[in-house]
Amino acid sequence: MLKQRLIPTLLLRNGRMVKGKQFTDYRDTGDPVYASRVYNAQYVDELAFLDIDATNENRSTNRDVIARVSKECFMPLSIGGGIRTIDDIRELLLIGADKVIINSAAYQDHKLIRDGAEKFGSQCIIVGIDVRKVNGEYKLYRNSGREEINISLVEHMNNMEKSGAGELFINNIDRDGEMNGYDLELLSLVNKNTNLPIIGCGGAGNFKHLADAYKTTQVSALAMASIFHFGDNNPIRARAYLKNNGVKIKEI
Amino acid sequence: MIGILDYGMGNLSSVRNALSFLQIENVILSSPDQIAGVSHMIIPGVGAFGAAMENIARAGFIDPIATFANSGKPLLGICLGMQLLATEGTEPAICRGLDLIKGRVELLPSKNLSLPHMGWNGINLQSEHTILEGVKMSADFYFVHSFVFMPAYKSNVVTTTEYGTDFTSIITNERRNVIGIQFHPEKSQKQGLKILDNFSKMSNA
Repeated sequence: MLKQRLIPTLLLRNGRMVKGKQFTDYRDTGDPVYASRVYNAQYVDELAFLDIDATNENRSTNRDVIARVSKECFMPLSIGGGIRTIDDIRELLLIGADKVIINSAAYQDHKLIRDGAEKFGSQCIIVGIDVRKVNGEYKLYRNSGREEINISLVEHMNNMEKSGAGELFINNIDRDGEMNGYDLELLSLVNKNTNLPIIGCGGAGNFKHLADAYKTTQVSALAMASIFHFGDNNPIRARAYLKNNGVKIKEI
Repeated sequence: MIGILDYGMGNLSSVRNALSFLQIENVILSSPDQIAGVSHMIIPGVGAFGAAMENIARAGFIDPIATFANSGKPLLGICLGMQLLATEGTEPAICRGLDLIKGRVELLPSKNLSLPHMGWNGINLQSEHTILEGVKMSADFYFVHSFVFMPAYKSNVVTTTEYGTDFTSIITNERRNVIGIQFHPEKSQKQGLKILDNFSKMSNA
């Protein structure tokens, strides 16, 4: 039986790990390589790395993080942030990533998704979608939430599925770092409109939030950060809680 | 010394990183004459069957791989590398495989479940193999694939996995020196690394 995945997300800035709220107010949360080692020892299902300063000049530092993590953490690794070309994808796969997360570039360049899927397989192309609810309607944003895009969520999802994306990473910006629970309405809406596996993100604050999202939506994975950064929760305890609550979770 | 076959498909570094982490000596095989120098061989890879076989043929690897397997030396195919061990593939059209284990590679009949089959799933033992010695049989392993190995003989099946249907997740030949694994042991944490470690300790059949 296929299990539902837990994916801790590490936000990278200049080789450090950070975490904020609603895509601002970032705080330093430590060394990402050290954190990855801890997550690895706790047998999380995957790790996702997001370079939040993609326009920043210090990208090589963040790439070095992936290269180092892939030498000692034997689970799927995804990385996103600033990916614009096929060569960007190739380079990240070569240094040890298994999947890439493409967000901003996916809006105007469907060909990047198509070519990436053709060359490297759909399984390694994740499309990241950041949304915010405005007047009861989901609006899409690129460049780490700075720029609103005038296309509907469902239309964009359909475009991405047609172009060959393998998974969708859906984040509600307003929930980010607030630790008040996932946007279950958003995740259900997304599930209803695509056959692609969904990684839900934004809002995990306690284990019940995880169980609620797994049980009331069809997400194949949940991503989280604050829940493990702040407080004494860890993935081992999360897994035990979820298992006791009937969620299908990996056996180690 | 384990040789990792480089035929221009997919990422060799994760298999290499896992072997190096286990302190198992390894080398990338980029030409057929290197094959004589290794005791074990791994065929990794992701991508389409047809393109992979074309690359292997073009590089002159087909006969040296058969000679290696027929000599009884341990040979492990991972994911696409497992599928290439079959008699024939069907992606995108019918094409010959390495034919080291009788069978055919077809799209996973997953019923209403989505493809690729991606994520952590379990394995059910069908016949013993040293590659699973000391491996926790209740553990989950990391899969990502849409095609599966349909074996000609049930006696070749080591484990099956359930995703809409029961498919072969580990297969072996009669001599049991050629093994195919559909999941990624190099991405399956402790229990996956144990499988790679067992493989490195296999002796000639």
